[in-house]
Formats: sequence, C-alpha cells, structure tokens
Amino acid sequence: MRRLIATIMLIFHVHGLLQEKNLSLIETTCRHTQNYKLCIHTLLANRGSIHANETGLGLIMVDAVKAKAKETLYQIYKLKAFRPKMRAALNQCTIQYKLILEIDVPVAVDSLNKGVPQYARDNMADSSLQAVFCEGNFHGESPITQLTNEVRDLCIVARDVIPVYL
Amino acid sequence: MSSIFKLISLSNPMATYSSRTPPYDLENSTSYTPIPDKPAASFAPAGHWRSKKLFAGILVSSFLLLSLVLLFVNQQPDPQTKVNGTNQEDSSTPKSISPTARTSPPSRGVSQGVSDKTFRLAGGENVTYAWTNVMLSWQRTAYHFQPEHNWMNDPNGPLFHKGWYHLFYQYNPESAVWGKISWGHAVSKDLIHWLYLPFAMVPDHWYDINGVWTGSATILPDGQIVMLYTGDTYDAVQVQCLAYPANLSDPLLLGWVKYSGNPVLVPPPGIGVKDFRDPTTAWLTPDGYKWRITIGSKFNKTGISLVYETVDFKSYDMLDGYLHAVPGTGMWECVDFFPVSMTEVNGLDTSVNGPGVKHVLKASLDDDKNDYYALGVYDPFENKWIPDDPELDVGIGLRYDYGKYYASKTFYDQITQRRILWGWIRETDSEDDDVLKGWASVQSIPRTVVFDQKTGSNIIQWPVSKVEELRSESVEFDNMKLGPGSIVPLRADTPSQLDIVASFEIVKEAFEGTVESNVDSSYSCPTSGGAANRGKLGPFGIIVLADETLSEGTPIYFYVTANGKAETHFCADELRSSEASDVAKVVYGSKVPVLDGEKYSLRSLVDHSIVESFAQGGRRVITSRIYPTKAINGAARVFLFNNATGVSVTASGKIWNMISADIRRFPFNQL
Repeated sequence: MRRLIATIMLIFHVHGLLQEKNLSLIETTCRHTQNYKLCIHTLLANRGSIHANETGLGLIMVDAVKAKAKETLYQIYKLKAFRPKMRAALNQCTIQYKLILEIDVPVAVDSLNKGVPQYARDNMADSSLQAVFCEGNFHGESPITQLTNEVRDLCIVARDVIPVYL
Repeated sequence: MSSIFKLISLSNPMATYSSRTPPYDLENSTSYTPIPDKPAASFAPAGHWRSKKLFAGILVSSFLLLSLVLLFVNQQPDPQTKVNGTNQEDSSTPKSISPTARTSPPSRGVSQGVSDKTFRLAGGENVTYAWTNVMLSWQRTAYHFQPEHNWMNDPNGPLFHKGWYHLFYQYNPESAVWGKISWGHAVSKDLIHWLYLPFAMVPDHWYDINGVWTGSATILPDGQIVMLYTGDTYDAVQVQCLAYPANLSDPLLLGWVKYSGNPVLVPPPGIGVKDFRDPTTAWLTPDGYKWRITIGSKFNKTGISLVYETVDFKSYDMLDGYLHAVPGTGMWECVDFFPVSMTEVNGLDTSVNGPGVKHVLKASLDDDKNDYYALGVYDPFENKWIPDDPELDVGIGLRYDYGKYYASKTFYDQITQRRILWGWIRETDSEDDDVLKGWASVQSIPRTVVFDQKTGSNIIQWPVSKVEELRSESVEFDNMKLGPGSIVPLRADTPSQLDIVASFEIVKEAFEGTVESNVDSSYSCPTSGGAANRGKLGPFGIIVLADETLSEGTPIYFYVTANGKAETHFCADELRSSEASDVAKVVYGSKVPVLDGEKYSLRSLVDHSIVESFAQGGRRVITSRIYPTKAINGAARVFLFNNATGVSVTASGKIWNMISADIRRFPFNQL
C-alpha cells in the first residue's frame, strides 16, 4: 500500500516538475513581452500551452490574434448595415482585417511551422499596424475602439512571444 | 511577406513577386543558423532528500532516472496548432517560390490574384526559334483590333454612345507582358475601323494602384453611363470601383472620373481578397427601381456568382445566396449574364425578361482558361438562374469557342438592336517571342449572339456584318469534286488576309456503301492527331496558311464518324502549323450539331497570325493563333482537301481577299 502511494506521489511529482518546467517557459517568455498580464492570460487560456515549446507558444498567440481579428471583422460587417455614414471607413477596415486573416496569420503560421519565425514576428507587427490604421479611418469617432485595442495588443504580444530564432 | 505595402517595380519582367510574397526561400534558407539543441540533462532535483532507509534511496535514484527519461522524451517539438493544408494549395494566398525550383519566370498574374495571362509551354522549355524580322512582323493582323504595341488582355466596358462604338481594354503601357494594367480606349463607327484614343483610366489611386482591372458599362435610361470596374489595391486586395464620363456630351468619352467614395464594394464575408472581380453590366429588378450586378467568385472549388443590388451604384446590398453555383469549376472570372430571344433574331437589352426569353450565364474559368456558357431561365423574384440542362451547366458544358478565347464580354447595341460579343485572344507563342516582337494579344472580330432556334440548345455567333466590307476580289468554286485523298489549291492574292466560306457534301452513293457496324465514336479533335489521321468519312475541309510543299499548314476540317451526321466533329489542326518549336501545336475543336438537310458549312476569317473559324453558321467556333515560318507573305497558300478514305466530297464556296481595316490613331489634328 505504501509502495502504491509512493508510486502515485512519484508520478504526480514528476508531472508537477514537468508542469513547472513549462510554466517557467511560459513565464520566461511572457516576461519578455510588453504586456505580461495579457500574455500569461492568453497562453494559459489554451490548455496546450503547458506542453508547448517556443514554436507552440507562438502558434497559440497567432491563433488568439486570428480569433480576435475574426470577431472584429464580424463586428465591422454588422456595423455596415447600421452606420451607412461610416461606410467608407468600414470598407477600409474590412480590407485591413481581411489582410490580417488571409495574409498575415497564414504566413505567420507557415513560417513558424517551417522554422523561420522572424517572418512571423514581422507579420504580427504588421497586423498590429493594420488594426491601428483601421482605427484611424474613423478620425476619432470609431465604434470599435475596444476591439481595435485588443487586436493591437494581442498582435504586439504575439510578436514578442515568437522567438527570434528556433 | 506581410500585409504592409511594399512598392515593387512592375516594369521589370523579372520582378515577379507581389508585395505579399515573402522574399525568402523557405526550402533553402541560409539566413539563420540553427541554435544547437539544449543539453538533455539540464534538470537538477529541487531540494535534497534525507536518506533514512534503503527504500528511500532506491526511490530517489529511480525518481531521478524517471525524471531524466521523461524530460528527454519531452524535448521533441510538439506544436499545439497544426497548420491546415488547404492554405498551401489555395492559389489565392501568395506563396514563396523557391527560385531554384523554376526554369521559367513565375507567372506575374497569379501572384496578384488574376488568372495566368501568359501562354506557357507544356514542358516549361525556353527554347526559342530563330525568328526573323520578316516572320515576326508578318504576325501582326490587318483587320483585328490590337494596340500599336505592348500587352493587351480583357475587353472592358464595351458600349455605343453618340454615334461611336467604344472599346476599352486591359493594357500595359510599358511592355509586352502583363503588368501595370490600365484601360486603353478606342472608338469605331462600325466595329471594324478602329481609332486609338488616349487612356481612359490609369492606376493612380490606392484602390487601383496595382491595376485598373476589368469592368462593364451600364447605360441608364436617361443616357447616363456608369462604369464599374475592379481595382487591385496597393495591398493586392480586389475591390469594385465606380467611374463615369467626365463629359457625357463628348461623343469620344475622352475623360473619365473616378468616384470620390471608391471603392464601392470590398470582398464580403467568406470571400477571399483575391476572389472578387469583374463586375457585370447591371439589369433592372422587376419593379424597375433597383439595379442588380453579378460578380464571379469561388467558395472552395465551387464557382459562384454573387449578386448585389443598388439604386445609385454607390452603395450596395448583397443578396442572399448566389445567382448560380457549379461545384468543381473553380474561380469564375469575367462573368456575363444576358437575355436572348427565343423567337426573334435581334438582341435584347440586358434588363429584358419574360416568356420567350432565355438567359445566358457565362464564366471564364480561371482553372482552364476557357469561356463556358449555358442557357437557362432567370427568376428575378428568387434571383436564381436555372440551367436548361444541368449536365451542360456553366463550366462543364458548352464553350463559346474551342480554341484560344477568353475573358469575353457582351454588350447590347441599342441602335442596331444586336447583342455583340468581344473576346480576348492571347498569344500561343512564347513570352520571349512576345517581348521580341514588342506586342501581345488581339481581340476577336466582334460577333453577334443569337439563340439557335433550330437546335434550341446553343447560341449562334457570327462575325458582325461590317467585316464583309473589307472583302475585295473573290474566287468562287462550285461543286468541285474532291476524291478520297485529294487536295486542290485555291487562288488567293492575299493568302494571309482572307474570308473563306465553304460548304461540303458527302457524295451520296459512296456514303451509303461505307456505313459499317464497327463505329468509331471515340473521335475527339484534341486527341485525334489532326487531319493526317484518315477515316472513312473524313477529314475534309480547307487548309490555310500553308506553304507550297505543305511542310506547314493549318487544316480546318470536318470529321464525320460512321454514325453519320449525328456525330460530326469540327476541328482546327495546328500540329503542322509551324516548324518553330516554341509555339502551341494542338488540335482544337468539338462536336457540332449538323441537322437534316444541312450541308457541312464553314467560314474562316484568316488574318495573319489569327484564324477564326465558324461551323454551321456559327454553332461552334474555333479561334487559332498561327505562327508559320515559311507560309507567310507571298509564300502562303490555301487548299481544299479531302483526306477521307471511303468517300468523295463536293465543295462549293467563295474566297475573298480582305483589305486592311487601317486601325490607327484618332486624327485629332484634322478636327
């Protein structure tokens, strides 16, 4: 019986050590970003982050950018019906968010998977700029400021999380 | 590599990557050095153990061992998110191209999100024939529309206004390959004699800086002209834009104004930024208050036709669903949608609908570079078009033309009440040849389009009648008998510029005697091996652009299978059209319906490097590009031939020499 308990404890301990190892990777990585809290929150919200290496953490962040950009794009589509006066700005934003979703995100994922992460970093940086440009289209009267900020911040954290080298 | 615009020089043919393509080579990257793997045994046990008993000691060592083992295992990279493979194959996202894997320059069109504009040899070879100036200059046409030099592709916004027919066209002002696309402009009183005008539109706004692409004109009831076109933005996103004449009372429509609120349409939910182009002419809703346009696109591999409604052409509502969709056909470019009368021979305004009217839906298929159409019925209340025969649906059934013919577009000529069809005829020589000769592409002779009342299942195309005014001296032949394996020269003063009309009949007695039970119904022009392969009842027809010894020649012929008229094929055989190796040499064609009482009839417009051939009054058409090395100028010949083994044919017809249409610049100084 004591042996059984000891074995179980052993297994949990080792598992905990491994968790700790990866938690420390997450923590180290997030320390290097401009928004530690957002980084930790986003990574830990994904159950796979515990087992992920640097590439995996990068992919999790890019995925979070993709989800938030999608949410923002749908919001933009909805707004087009209700804010006809903002049509031009919303059209511009549609283009900008489609670029994030159709170009930046797929190329970032591709680069990470192929072991050339520096391009993924650049794409995430550009995505943050697209979000900022979209916001600027409204000349101070943006209906999506909160979403813009969330996208922009996620992009910057993603850029910081993605390693320079693999 | 990223979404932010980087200016590239489109005038350099080798600068083929769009701003969006990573400037790196994923396969052979040497721009980084890999960091060595971390040492495995970096783990140190936390704390220390008090060894009281042997058991504890064993526990410690096995614990250490276990930790080491598990850590080792955990070193393998395990990305949590797998990239899904579909993005890799999707031609709408830019790809990095390993320079070492290519032997020919990559297509500059595809990276921008339009179809490949150049002809590529099957083997990707770059062998160039030793073309001479004489051969190359012969290739320019005498009565087909083409600019003075450089590259042209799709016809745009054709219309008739204040006495002039207008043609706009995709044009590169800087070179003989696709790029920097602007709208060229030309006018004509009769669709044949064209006069060049200054450009109508150039890429000069952020929303069309990467190209002023294809579009269509709508003439409103009050005479206003609205032009919708696709702009390729500085980030290579496809958007729709509005333009209108600067001065409607100018018959030449020289100046064009782009709407200040452009773009009027951006890609909608679910549609990729590179899958949204070529808006059509608008048609009125049944209540007459709104306009509808359709724009081709795709969803996965299904070609689709999106529909938008508008009142002012500035703001739009997208309708639910599609006008029509056909799985497996891929991206639909240059969609066209128009009514034809089932009972009258005149054309119809684009908004007409009702009993006795069918609608043609047409798409240029990006995947195979051919124009497909189908006849059907349009329900404007459901906004759905339904094909008459789903087996011959858009993209899987009939083609306008079985040769080289793409990006076609019709317009309604309100003065003569004709539906007129334009089509882009690209080169089928190599891109190097085009650069050498300094130009690429021609437009077809405009064709009238009417419903074929005899078959009920296709349209008829025929060159506009004005082309006949270019006919000069002619030679007639009447009931000329051609025995099996015979070939007869026809006299022609200008064998490179001809209008040939010929009809053939199989001599009855011989025909009846040779019907066999073993029928060969597997004939198909593209796989037939051309006119050299003899059958009992064919091939017979004409040979154009041939030299005296027939070392070069292009047969245009009928092949009747043993099923008789029920299965007749109409083919254009380029296999021996030229001794050069860097030109396309294939056999084009298809089956053509030949009804009881009809002879086998053909018409060929020969104009140097283009031959447009029409069977059974325009039931099937084949356009060929021919680049002979010997059969040019005074050395070219025309023949009638019958290569059948079992029958004689009689041929009747006429062959006219054609004079030049003298296409030149508009004589402004003579105004």
